[in-house]
Amino acid sequence: MGIISRGFSGRSREHNPDLPPGQYLAEDFPVLSAGPTPDIDTADWSFRVQTESGKQYTWSWDEMQALGLEEIHTDIHCVTRWSKLGTSWRGISLDKIFAGIETENAYVMAHSYGGYTTNVPLEDLLDGKAWIATEYDGEPLDPEHGGPARLLVPHLYFWKSAKWVNGLRMMETDDPGFWEQNGYHLYGDPWLEQRYW
Amino acid sequence: MVDVPGWGGNLAGQHLDLRLTAPDGYTAVRSYSIASAGPGDRVELAVDKFPDGEVSPYLVDDIQKGDELELRGPLGGWFVWKPEQTESVQLIGGGSGVVPLIAMVRSHAASGSTAPFRLLYSVRTPQDVFFADELRALAESSPYFDLNFVYTRAVPANWPSKPGRISREILEASTYPASISPAVFVCGPTGFVESVANILVALGHEPTSVKTERFGGK
Repeated sequence: MGIISRGFSGRSREHNPDLPPGQYLAEDFPVLSAGPTPDIDTADWSFRVQTESGKQYTWSWDEMQALGLEEIHTDIHCVTRWSKLGTSWRGISLDKIFAGIETENAYVMAHSYGGYTTNVPLEDLLDGKAWIATEYDGEPLDPEHGGPARLLVPHLYFWKSAKWVNGLRMMETDDPGFWEQNGYHLYGDPWLEQRYW
Repeated sequence: MVDVPGWGGNLAGQHLDLRLTAPDGYTAVRSYSIASAGPGDRVELAVDKFPDGEVSPYLVDDIQKGDELELRGPLGGWFVWKPEQTESVQLIGGGSGVVPLIAMVRSHAASGSTAPFRLLYSVRTPQDVFFADELRALAESSPYFDLNFVYTRAVPANWPSKPGRISREILEASTYPASISPAVFVCGPTGFVESVANILVALGHEPTSVKTERFGGK
């Protein structure tokens, strides 16, 4: 235990087992972005997966939606210490996207409109663990929260759930993305408090 | 003001994590921007009190000189300004979002930088201005630093305009134009940053030259 803060009692002693260490419950939905919010029309939107062979797989908005939307109920945990429990999303499972893709690489760099990047191991995107989310709480996803489409990888800190996502590039090694180059953890497991490196 | 043995200095714009621990071991951690910059083991914070908050009321009302705090940092390598940067810099702060921008203004002055610096500071009333005397003194003494205010609730006596939120007109009149390609740092509540950043892009600033830091939800 650290230094006792004289006179500090804190707000709540109820331990919530769904809350990872060092997190608090957020009532609202905070926004954390490195720059301005891009304005992206779904008519112009496209999504691309590029593998080590140089091959590119692309989807338009309608083609992506045609893969089928799933309901997702999940908790989300931001590295800035807020968590939201029981959020509702709809999105396309990455299992559907990777179904027809051949790759030997184990790592993925997610790319976004505006230039944001974040690295994720491929196994963390498969087996029902990640989606391209296009709706939040029954509504199209707000631009501020990454709309029209963001990556949703809720078992990792939320900076891994890249807003305004527009592609995935396969990588042989786990190269750092944007926040990972700026002091944040390469993997980002909230239950292990992997915030910074 | 916190003395942190072994801190070793920080870049302007970085933040830290501050941890409070109750007698039964319960802890609460929050991130705060650092108002100071440069070498040394003394760190200055400026904390806005959220009345319903868990940590900020303690820091504002309860903490006393000599109390010990647990800090971790400095953190963040994106929303920072370094003295070797030579391009023009436009800072735009809303409320306590001015804190990391103050650190940049101080670093700019302390390093003798001749990069043109301009701060547009949106604040509720004249009484709410953080570091008011220091900012005004720097603006008066330095040919490389300009200071502009927007008051959202109450204006000083003889102020030429009514209180109001930051607008496209104010940004056009009181910030560097996109034509000189300034590096822009915007920090404040989410709604403020969203609105300012969107106007800046509409005014022709490259999105990649506008760095933002937001706090709170919408």
